[in-house]
Amino acid sequence: MRNVWVVATNTFREAVRDRVLYNLVVFALLMMGAAIIVGQISIGIEQSVIVSLGLTAISVIGIFIAVFIGVGLVSKEIDKRTLYALLAKPVQRWQFLLGKYGGLAMTLTVNTAAMAVGLYAAMWTVKHPLDPSAWYVLVAVYLILLKLTLIVALAMLFSCFTTPFLAILFTVGIYIAGVFAVDLRALQGIGLNPATMKFIRGFSYLLPNFDNFNVMGLVAHGRAVPASLVWQDTLYTLVYAAIVLAAAAMVFSRRNLK
Amino acid sequence: MAAPAIEIENLSKEYPHGFLNLKKKRSLENLSMQVYTGEVFGFLGPNGAGKSTTIKLLMRLIFPTSGTARILGRSIDDVSMHRDIGYLPEQPYFYDYLTAAELLDYFARFHGLTASDRRERVQRALKKVGLETAKKIQLRKYSKGMLQRAGLAQAILHGPQVVVLDEPMSGLDPLGRREVRDIILELKKDGRTVLFSTHILSDAEMLCDRVGVIVGGKLRGVGTPGEMVGIQTQGMEILFELNGSANKFALLDKATKTGERYRVQLPEAELYPALDQLQAAGARILSVAQLKPTLEDFFMNLVDSDRAQSSAVEVSAT
Repeated sequence: MRNVWVVATNTFREAVRDRVLYNLVVFALLMMGAAIIVGQISIGIEQSVIVSLGLTAISVIGIFIAVFIGVGLVSKEIDKRTLYALLAKPVQRWQFLLGKYGGLAMTLTVNTAAMAVGLYAAMWTVKHPLDPSAWYVLVAVYLILLKLTLIVALAMLFSCFTTPFLAILFTVGIYIAGVFAVDLRALQGIGLNPATMKFIRGFSYLLPNFDNFNVMGLVAHGRAVPASLVWQDTLYTLVYAAIVLAAAAMVFSRRNLK
Repeated sequence: MAAPAIEIENLSKEYPHGFLNLKKKRSLENLSMQVYTGEVFGFLGPNGAGKSTTIKLLMRLIFPTSGTARILGRSIDDVSMHRDIGYLPEQPYFYDYLTAAELLDYFARFHGLTASDRRERVQRALKKVGLETAKKIQLRKYSKGMLQRAGLAQAILHGPQVVVLDEPMSGLDPLGRREVRDIILELKKDGRTVLFSTHILSDAEMLCDRVGVIVGGKLRGVGTPGEMVGIQTQGMEILFELNGSANKFALLDKATKTGERYRVQLPEAELYPALDQLQAAGARILSVAQLKPTLEDFFMNLVDSDRAQSSAVEVSAT
């Protein structure tokens, strides 16, 4: 595991030096602006509006980083040939892949945690002291982070066998389909024949169910997130990401680096 | 004879190409050769001959279509074997955001070295390649030659038994090339095995115990530079000067004039009659030398015959 850790810490250093964390400035400005405006126009529901806005921003910025940097993790190393010298060291390809994944997961954790602090600061600005229910926001942030780690795994898988452009397209496509996975399962009565319906339903179970990570509605209205959902989502992410990364490692381990 | 450090047996590599990747292009064809422990082996060939393909196969960056290879007696699939190998990729490129010292420290960590050992080795390697004063500059600001030096430093950092260098002189100025040559000779002195690819033949002649020539994906010969070019002379060359009043004579028509000097090349059997003519004309003979084929001649002959073969195949196909 030492090799994985070495690659991960270097990937984190790369993200920091490539100014990935500069997005926090955008987030901070957004939250400051929102806090000022919401404080003036949303009488009585300030916290709810700020929470919805803040969680959406955390999710969107996180998805942007997960997809674009996730796809570039492997493809950039191949394109620039930085990988050549590294793979001539006693490093397995799966260790490199897992290290890259771990490095971006670390970056996303730091980024998401910093944005969460910004969100709490905005919440405190519009209403203090904070409601006790405000701490549920942390759970929502944690679930967003799980979602992002799953997206990174998918982005890495696609980047292992296709071009960066297509990998971005596939990852975004799977994400959008995954958000509607539950709706696909419930699909009926739209005039499709039973075989097609069966196929769509079966396919929907293969898709990552991103809807499970969305608890914004609950926490924005000060309602607790069921503990069972948190455990299920954690386990789901671990298993799903492990399967996706294993597939990525299999593909990458036989890839010719021309 | 020393034990082989690198053994390659019937290594072939085909790449799919064309529409739907249905056609196959063969980059390397049944390559078999050995590099012995402690020798400097030059891998020669024109661009696209298969040198880098072979090296990438050895470094498991690409996978063979058929055949096997071993380094230090272990299969190239054995990743632990890479502890004893140093590799410089062709036209190396490294992480822009790291300094040379950070890059070397990063690579050294994969070898399980302690922090103090890493520090010491990084310093030593940077000094050896002449990057000591640039160690704190980010690699994005490095020139091509400096990147090449950084690449060489990471290849020798951990004191590998076998060092594989893909075009190590590329991008270097004459001073840099000399430094790389010195490093290669120093590695040999330390008992390391060096395999390097190049198309700069003078480097190969100067450094290599043996060379292998590869053209069109096929190994065309392995031997010492002397063996490769043969020992037979190709004729004689006479360099001479004439005083202004000398009369014209037959040999002068065959000679080429450079400045005040004349140079003439002729078969060995015609040497003495030619010397008689020069003596009679009152010429001052500056030198008489045997004409031997160089590695470059050998190399060019191979490339020319390969091209002739390819065009013959194309003509017969049409």
